Amino acid sequence: MSTPTLIEIQDLKVHYPRPGAGWFSKADPVRAVDGVSFVVPRGKTVGLVGESGSGKTTTGRAIVKLAPVTAGKIIWEGVDIGQMDNRTFLPWRKKVQMVFQDPYGSLNPRADILGILSEPLEIHFPKLNRSDREARCAELLKKVGLKPEQMRRHPHEFSGGQRQRIGIARALAVQPELIVCDEPVSALDVSVQASVVNLLQDLQDELGVAYLFIAHDLAVVEHISHHVLVMEKGVVVEQGTPDQILGSPQHPYTRTLLDAVPKF
Amino acid sequence: MAEQPLLRVRNLGVSFRSGGVESMASSGVTYDLSPGEILAVVGESGSGKSVSALALTRLLPPEPACMITGSVQLQGRELVGLSETELTKVRGKQIAYIFQEPGTSMNPVYTVGFQIAEAVKAHRPEISNVQSTVEESLDAVGIREPARAAASYPHELSGGMLQRAMIAMALACDPKVLVADEPTTALDVTIQKQIMELLARLRKERGMSILLITHNFGIVANMADNVFVMNQGRVVEQGSVKAVMGSPQHPYTRGLIGCIPRLGQRRRRLSTLEDALRESETQSG
Ligand SMILES: Nc1ncnc2c1ncn2[C@@H]1O[C@H](COP(=O)(O)OP(=O)(O)OP(=O)(O)O)[C@@H](O)[C@H]1O
Ligand SMILES: Nc1ncnc2c1ncn2[C@@H]1O[C@H](COP(=O)(O)OP(=O)(O)O)[C@@H](O)[C@H]1O
Ligand SMILES: [Mg+2]
Ligand SMILES: [Mg+2]
Repeated sequence: MSTPTLIEIQDLKVHYPRPGAGWFSKADPVRAVDGVSFVVPRGKTVGLVGESGSGKTTTGRAIVKLAPVTAGKIIWEGVDIGQMDNRTFLPWRKKVQMVFQDPYGSLNPRADILGILSEPLEIHFPKLNRSDREARCAELLKKVGLKPEQMRRHPHEFSGGQRQRIGIARALAVQPELIVCDEPVSALDVSVQASVVNLLQDLQDELGVAYLFIAHDLAVVEHISHHVLVMEKGVVVEQGTPDQILGSPQHPYTRTLLDAVPKF
Repeated sequence: MAEQPLLRVRNLGVSFRSGGVESMASSGVTYDLSPGEILAVVGESGSGKSVSALALTRLLPPEPACMITGSVQLQGRELVGLSETELTKVRGKQIAYIFQEPGTSMNPVYTVGFQIAEAVKAHRPEISNVQSTVEESLDAVGIREPARAAASYPHELSGGMLQRAMIAMALACDPKVLVADEPTTALDVTIQKQIMELLARLRKERGMSILLITHNFGIVANMADNVFVMNQGRVVEQGSVKAVMGSPQHPYTRGLIGCIPRLGQRRRRLSTLEDALRESETQSG
């Protein structure tokens, strides 16, 4: 691929202590991610599919520093951010954001939309004053297809699809270069799912943002991705273009995955 | 078929009242569910699928915030209007639910195994070896390490594992009717297939009836006997899966089917319901 690399993951491992065993126990740890390597090119979408529990979310969370990196590197413009402490990581936090699967649980129910979108702005753009933030918030809402007049409303007053748009607006607020989207459309019906996927693609065309797109719907992954990774039991078993992976899968697990798509 | 329906639902309606304003979430829902039948419910989000299912055992706010009208008969016994104490006995044991949002029916401060064990003890006191029942039920939903999952707190499991643990908890109580509200949206297709096969087996072996809410038409086509389609709180089309999916009569049903993304389709954009409705209009007009 000729597109410049945005972020490179090298042999990433995330291990957790076995439940009930404690951190210092000799019991074999839970190897949530066990040696994963891939590249996200600037402005492109890497699709991540795989078995439930195979480590997709954990991989995404490690990149945004929400999961502990046991070993391996996360290289961003030549710098390994994997082992960085939180304070040194701060300037990077702005570059990589996350959109969560659950549009119900991931937004603070007590804050209004202005508050939700202002929080990251206050952290990363402390120079903005209140009216700047309001203007930026109005702009973000328009960008994701919501009305600026709605910024005083609370999350429960929005539908699932609208909440997912708010989650996307919050991720966009700090002008990131990469958004980790963890099953952003799984909970949505087919029609709303289509509108959110179309929105993500429009934003990529307009802003050049890259996505790590975790999903279970293979047709959606084929549609949105430039490159596809397949995970099983903590490792990437196959990767390539959507045509290669979904058109002529080589690994038995990928074939099983394709065979399991219900046909009608 | 002269078989007596297990569940007989007539004109079921749900409305919510807040600040003096009443809003109808669903109305006129009528169906029979026979023993061992799988009845699918499809429709856009907000169309009233979950609310109509929750209304069966009133898993909704109390009156006057939420009003339920119509009739729900379980083996001839009317459920609408029963007291909370009586309804508690129906929930879980007679009519069990698998909820849409993974996590909502698990308590974060107890391990997953403990919670399933409590459910088993409450609903099936005859079982002596609770621990092995718990692990068997986790194994049946395809969890690789059932002992580890049982010892984990909810946040230590992946989204899909938690979803399956919830399914295991509902099934461990051996209900007559299972209401599965989008049970596999958080799951990859191989696990989805496994869960669907499990449900198909349970209905065959135990005669369990299933009300299956889903927006996956592939699942409807492969699993269900009958289906009804909801739009804005009303049932717009109802019948056998063959009839409804083979030749959908209502434009809304055709639109829903039309916006399903398919592998190998290579579209520039995905179609929304409006796009699909427009396309079907220009085709027929
Ligand atoms: N905080 C944690 N403590 C212990 N184990 C964890 C923790 N988070 C995740 N795990 C374990 O790591 C493994 C991978 O989980 P992860 O959430 O990454 O899976 P996933 O691929 O996103 O699955 P799904 O498709 O079901 O969401 C699982 O075995 C899970 O139980
Ligand atoms: N607890 C509640 N209070 C007020 N309105 C509700 C409540 N639960 C659901 N509704 C409304 O009822 C309608 C149907 O919702 P629901 O049955 O959840 O839809 P779905 O078909 O997506 O499952 C929606 O307009 C929703 O906003
Ligand atoms: Mg996950
Ligand atoms: Mg619902």
